[in-house]
Amino acid sequence: MSMNRETILNIVLAALLIAVPVIAQIMGEPFIITLATKVAILGMAGVGLNIALGYGGLVSFGHAAFFGIGGYAAGILASHALNYEPIMEAPFEINGTTQMIVIWIVALIASALVALLIGAITLRTSGVYFIMITLAFAQMIYYFAISWPAYGGEDGLSIYVRNSFPGLNTLDPISFFALCAAMLGIAIAFSAVLIRSRFGLALHGARQNSQRMMAIGIAPFRVRLVAFVISAMITAWAGALYADLNRFVSPSMLSWHMSGEIMVFVILGGVGRLFGPVAGAALYILLEHLLGGMFEYWQLPLGILLLVVVLFARGGLIGLLAGERKHA
Amino acid sequence: MPEAILSLSNVTKQFGALLASDNVSLDLLPGEIHALIGPNGAGKSTLIKQIAGEIKPDSGDIRFAGRDINDLSAVERSRMGLARTFQVSSLMPEFSVLQNVVLAQQSVSGKIFRFFKPVLSDASLLEPAMAQLERVGLADRAHMRAADISHGERRQLEMAVALALKPRAFLLDEPMAGMGPEGSKRLTGFLDGLRAEAPILLVEHDMDAVFALADRISVLVYGRVIATGTVDDIRGNEDVKRAYLGEEA
Repeated sequence: MSMNRETILNIVLAALLIAVPVIAQIMGEPFIITLATKVAILGMAGVGLNIALGYGGLVSFGHAAFFGIGGYAAGILASHALNYEPIMEAPFEINGTTQMIVIWIVALIASALVALLIGAITLRTSGVYFIMITLAFAQMIYYFAISWPAYGGEDGLSIYVRNSFPGLNTLDPISFFALCAAMLGIAIAFSAVLIRSRFGLALHGARQNSQRMMAIGIAPFRVRLVAFVISAMITAWAGALYADLNRFVSPSMLSWHMSGEIMVFVILGGVGRLFGPVAGAALYILLEHLLGGMFEYWQLPLGILLLVVVLFARGGLIGLLAGERKHA
Repeated sequence: MPEAILSLSNVTKQFGALLASDNVSLDLLPGEIHALIGPNGAGKSTLIKQIAGEIKPDSGDIRFAGRDINDLSAVERSRMGLARTFQVSSLMPEFSVLQNVVLAQQSVSGKIFRFFKPVLSDASLLEPAMAQLERVGLADRAHMRAADISHGERRQLEMAVALALKPRAFLLDEPMAGMGPEGSKRLTGFLDGLRAEAPILLVEHDMDAVFALADRISVLVYGRVIATGTVDDIRGNEDVKRAYLGEEA
């Protein structure tokens, strides 16, 4: 494979994301490591959404539902483990856990099931209707979390000790960053492989022309549904990491603000670009950190930036730096 | 007479006050080219859409390959071996010419949900796809974007995609539309040989092509088949002359 400008840019972005926290570690700046971890996790949530939005053209305004499901998987399992209360006693006992690997598997399965249900209904619509119905489903789950007192309701749920991963001190910021960066790497590598696969070709096709898909005997609905589920699972995985980063999960992870934020990462960075969501999340966190310290209404310039990107730079940050997307 | 691969009986479709298909009965026999002609607005494309399963008739029966297909979706009909081309080219504009055919090839292979192996280094898809492009004379455009090739080349690509489906019958909706005389002539020669592979229901305005190719012709006027017969039958039919051919003479 020849190196085009986008590949080089992606390597630079990956190197930067790793270099900044390493330097911060040497300089003794743990806060910067936390910021980089946040970029990795939120970027990963965006990588998930990008599969639906970027490659499939499915503008989901409800991905916070999956992000939150991942977060609550971490919170609920950890709280049961820490309180020594089984989740279920009969017919057989199921206990909580503080093992991230188990938590991730639960997050992936739970989000896949919910996405299958939501997708099966929402994907029968398209355009604005799809946007609104995904939003409506996410809001349903949000209000459910608020009104369910067992796990903190509106107040959320604390994870007193960050969950553990074999052979790693997850409480050490740089170690936890390394773990999150590795998961982001897996998510990016997986989507890179996915879009070049048979399924990827079908997904690109379903976005471009449903009529043609049906004429060649491929039901676009099934292709989109599978993409929606995969997309939700990656975002949920990121959600589980996010809960561990903050050691806290609350309904705000499920709110429409969160859905909007994840969408902003993808659009800012470049819709359908492999590293777009990471670039977008990095820019967002940087702006939040730099401008947010200066004045309260930092989202105003962000809004203007978003407007400029949507109107003039459809390829987002990656498109601006690496040029138009090449057809695969 | 051999059994028809495709047969319509009493297919009726009404849009408001407009009777788009009025008790249409026709069939497609193995090895034949059956041309469907008629003035603009006669309901030819509407009929193709009903056969392809994109719209449902109000009443009547459609049978294909010995089976009642009234309740099958467009996807299921395509998978049974009914390949259609569109009057206005309907392709994947962002894909290369080759990718357009590979996607169809992939559908025929029945393996869509493969997530890891790169599709564009899969010889089991690329080689047959390339062979179809060579058949329609588009091999040298294989790596151009479908959006960037000429109108006539897009018509050829529609054919290549239909060929890749290895269908049991072709539904060709004005394949010559917008092609130059040179292109029409080449396509006429190509379709002539194609009927041996699978029968063709051909909607076409180019009368030279129709008269050169058709084994049988059905004439559709205001949604109704006013005549079906050989080229000579239709040429000599007074109703047809009045309703249709007369306009061009």
